[in-house]
Amino acid sequence: MGATFRPASRESSDRSAGDRLRHRQKVRRSIMDNIGDIVAEESIIGRSGDQVVKVPIRGIKEYQFIHGKNQPSVGEGAGDDLAEGDVIARKPGDAAGKPGQAGEEAGVDYYETDITLDELIDMMFEDLNLPDLERKQMSSIESLRNTKRKGYRKVGLRVRLDRRRTVRNKIRRSLSTSSRTDVANDERVPFRAEDLSYRHRTTEIHKESNAAVFCIMDTSGSMGTTKKYLARSFFFMLYQFVARRYEKVDVIFLSHDIDAREVTEDEFFHKGESGGTFVSSGYNKALEIITDRYHPDLWNVYAFHCSDGDNFASDNPSAIKSAQELCDACNMFGYGEIKPQRATAYGNSLIDIFKAVAAPNFHAVLIEGKEDVWPAFKAFLGAEEDSA
Amino acid sequence: MSHPGLDELREWDDRVVGLVDAFGLECAPQEFEICDHNDMLGYMAYSGMPSQYPHWSFGKAFEKQKTLYDHGVSGLPYEMVINSDPSLAYLMRDNSLGLNILTMAHVYGHNDFFRNNSTFVDTEPQYTLARFKSHAERIRSYVEDPVAGPTAVEATLDAAHALALNCQRNMSLRKTTRSEQQQRAIDMSTPPTDPNAAIHAPLSKEDPDLSRIPLEPEPDLLLFIRDYNPYLAEWQKDILTIVHEQAHYFIPQMETKIMNEGWASYWHYQVMSELDLPDDLRIEFMINHNQVIRPHPGGINPYHVGFRIWQAIYEREEGAGPIDHRRRDAGHHALFAARESDRDSSFLRRFLDRDLVRDLGLFEFTEKGRDTVVSKVADDQGWESVRDTLVASVGTGSLPVIEITDADFQGSRHLHLVHRYQGQELELPHARATMELLRTLWGRDVFLDTVLNEKPARLHCSEDGFSAESTDR
Repeated sequence: MGATFRPASRESSDRSAGDRLRHRQKVRRSIMDNIGDIVAEESIIGRSGDQVVKVPIRGIKEYQFIHGKNQPSVGEGAGDDLAEGDVIARKPGDAAGKPGQAGEEAGVDYYETDITLDELIDMMFEDLNLPDLERKQMSSIESLRNTKRKGYRKVGLRVRLDRRRTVRNKIRRSLSTSSRTDVANDERVPFRAEDLSYRHRTTEIHKESNAAVFCIMDTSGSMGTTKKYLARSFFFMLYQFVARRYEKVDVIFLSHDIDAREVTEDEFFHKGESGGTFVSSGYNKALEIITDRYHPDLWNVYAFHCSDGDNFASDNPSAIKSAQELCDACNMFGYGEIKPQRATAYGNSLIDIFKAVAAPNFHAVLIEGKEDVWPAFKAFLGAEEDSA
Repeated sequence: MSHPGLDELREWDDRVVGLVDAFGLECAPQEFEICDHNDMLGYMAYSGMPSQYPHWSFGKAFEKQKTLYDHGVSGLPYEMVINSDPSLAYLMRDNSLGLNILTMAHVYGHNDFFRNNSTFVDTEPQYTLARFKSHAERIRSYVEDPVAGPTAVEATLDAAHALALNCQRNMSLRKTTRSEQQQRAIDMSTPPTDPNAAIHAPLSKEDPDLSRIPLEPEPDLLLFIRDYNPYLAEWQKDILTIVHEQAHYFIPQMETKIMNEGWASYWHYQVMSELDLPDDLRIEFMINHNQVIRPHPGGINPYHVGFRIWQAIYEREEGAGPIDHRRRDAGHHALFAARESDRDSSFLRRFLDRDLVRDLGLFEFTEKGRDTVVSKVADDQGWESVRDTLVASVGTGSLPVIEITDADFQGSRHLHLVHRYQGQELELPHARATMELLRTLWGRDVFLDTVLNEKPARLHCSEDGFSAESTDR
């Protein structure tokens, strides 16, 4: 008996659409859950928005009880010359074999997905869950004012009377209220107030919102590469955040040891470090630039300072004073103290000293490692919300 | 490439069926659905099932297949056959006539195998499609039911999927009922009749604890949880039943992968060789056939290994001479006897001899650090070990055996399980995640006795987290 042949019974429907959607939601959820880790990854910091980044995801694996690695397996296709002890494959890695390299341990369930940086940052801020971001006051300046037509009104200035519409209204009314014979009588129908129609105009004001982000970093001798990297992660997020809220964002990089200089981004992150620390020098330089170029009435100024907290004791009083002034000039002023693995501090720590700064828009955070960057950033923004 | 019309396919099908019958294959009625490659991608994610319940894992499977396909890493399968009655298979419209004829011949091999291999005896193929449809409808109804809802249904499915393969995997073993187990416990505790009872004290008799649950270690995790967790809602119990039934349907196919694919390849080869194909189709067939049964160096191609073993079974009886499968000779009987009684593990143990191990170039390898090292080759000392390793890794043999031993552990309704350690340790992160899912179903702490770093250990999953401690004294 032969088989039954039939063409695809249903019209071709995309049956897996629902399951795919749910899977994508889970992928997204997983990214959100790990966003703190992800945004602190070196590969992400400093990319431009449309670049695709690889994001490691955890948790969408389907688990079951399985055997661990190192179980013998069987393969086929051995030639005659294959002998016991031959190495047939070697996992890539540097030959030196650094011990304890991340990613070598078995069983960590990672797989990667592609995502653009913009999407990722959208998720970041979705995750922040800040209510009414837009409603908060931000000083903006009027850059453009023009008027345009917008509908019609029953009242208005005589010059804006729309004669054509007014006459049409009158005819319409007369036709609907009087009988045909009346019209034939050629009786004069007067205008009434309800026939009048005026062109309406509204004024549109374009506001431009400007923001300046001051990235101030301690480049004294004690700021090593790790600390700089953590600072960089923080600045990156701050920039992304501000860039999303304002139309125009200027970023000013200031590095200081005993003296402060305005530097380029490249110099900022890559310049070697040396010298002692006068924190106040950085703040004063920032204040100077604000007075020069970014008047607080026209600009929303955000300043963030990263340091390892080792300030010369003699500078502390003036640092507090300058910090206070900076708070007055800025929407937000933050201080991040970076102490990887509880590095030993030389006695004093700025984060304690800055407790003396009494300003609602000042916020100090402690960053000990990569995993602290995101919580610290959230806390920083949370502080802004409270102060708003 | 010609795109065959239905009539042309029907004509070829008649000729294929003629040979299939003459060779002695016993097939159920066959249905072919003609689909395009998009349909095929869709079917792949759902193992070919026309209906399946909604779950994100199918979406994940689809994305993966589609990515591989779009990047040209993997093509689409020529054949996908469902163990149903009538048997259902798919032909792709865009495939050439030659490939579709080959697919049809191959499909009849599977059809016969499903129908006659003992592993499939309990699969009730006449209900397959209806059963999966019913599963889909029931789960959809729970998703829409406000009492259950999509989130809770998904959570239950996630947990059930994790445990689905932890069940009785040898389908020929009958599940004993609780009263049978009680009887057995009583029998075991009753001392044998003592012929010398007069001259020494009677053997002491200990009453077995018949209230213990379970009485004997229980391999069917899902069914046990369904029956002994009183706090599960009816819809949850039904989901566990559904997932178990699906595992029960798929396990025989996992258990006979090499035999089944080898059998289908063996018969498509015999059928195609006798079909009197025109030259262009013959050459296309040879190319496709060699693609299908080419060795996968470093891995195992079940089509290749299976094909070669079936060939060897026949040749062992009849020699390497010309083959006429219309005769019911000793070779024919050897083939059909194995097709009926074996599954991959017994099949390999019985028929994978030294010559075959060498001819197939089988070897055993392990990972040492970053290196993959050959540990055994097919020489006098090594070939048996190579075969045994393969036997142990086919089908569900590669999965750990885990059984429930106590449902009232520590007197607190904690669940106690034992991993039957056979030289391979559990992968800990997976074990942990799976135990956490198991805990969501059981609702109380879960303990698992296993071996970690070559020492006995107990894994414990509770509300407060997960711990693993050595129980080595």
